[in-house]
Amino acid sequence: MLKKLFPMPLHSVLLLIVWLLLNDLSVGHLVLGLILAISIPWVAAPLSDPHARVKKPLHALRYILMVLGDIVVSNFEVAGRILRSNKHLKPGLIALPLDLTGHFPLAVLASTISLTPGTVSVDFSEDMKWLYIHALHVDDEHSLIERIKTRYEAPLREIFAC
Amino acid sequence: MIFWLEAFASFLLLTGGVFILIGALGMVKLPDFYTRLHAPTKATTLGIGCILVASVMLHALRGEGLSIQELVISLFLFITAPVSAYMVAKAALQRRTPFKEGTVNEEMSKDILVRRAPKG
Repeated sequence: MLKKLFPMPLHSVLLLIVWLLLNDLSVGHLVLGLILAISIPWVAAPLSDPHARVKKPLHALRYILMVLGDIVVSNFEVAGRILRSNKHLKPGLIALPLDLTGHFPLAVLASTISLTPGTVSVDFSEDMKWLYIHALHVDDEHSLIERIKTRYEAPLREIFAC
Repeated sequence: MIFWLEAFASFLLLTGGVFILIGALGMVKLPDFYTRLHAPTKATTLGIGCILVASVMLHALRGEGLSIQELVISLFLFITAPVSAYMVAKAALQRRTPFKEGTVNEEMSKDILVRRAPKG
């Protein structure tokens, strides 16, 4: 019964919080937010599928902080590349072999790669064993692959325990 | 004290502005579609971040309380930017948008088009 009323309890709470953050804290918005937080999961729950959950929240927090740091560092790198001449630019495509499995962990990895400057995830291979990446500048393909695997994929495998 | 905080906020605003300007410059000067894709998704994340932090600081200094909306903005930005970059890159590949001459592993785009494992 309770499960039917609140199919996605965590999402409901998050929806309410975001609604209150985006609007003012008032009784009216609290009521409206509650109505939305309860009714949206009714529509959305049938669309969601079971996926890997975060097993180690502390590791996840450390991962987020590390990625934020990387974003700052590599922003400088990309800015430098933009300001220098195009002649020195060596863009390229890279195929990253994946050990990580599961749609949600893979989506997190692909988003991380896109967020950290210098690389954009382009597509997965059909069997989800390869992730294609476009890099703004490829000096050494193998060291770039190695870097992504040790810096991002390994911690993600730990976080999702897969 | 307030002066230094305001000075720091101005510094953040200026740095943010510079990074966003560089991102815009990249859109103009980078050689092909795929490299141009890097400019808006990248150089601007730090720029927007700086400006939002400065905005939070200035609102707090004026005694308008801690406004969290800026944090929500950056959260949404971080969630949506990779998704749109992914969709745009995929669409460009399907339309056979040409790569810059000398792109490393250019022939890999054929594997990506049919989503098969890379050859060799």
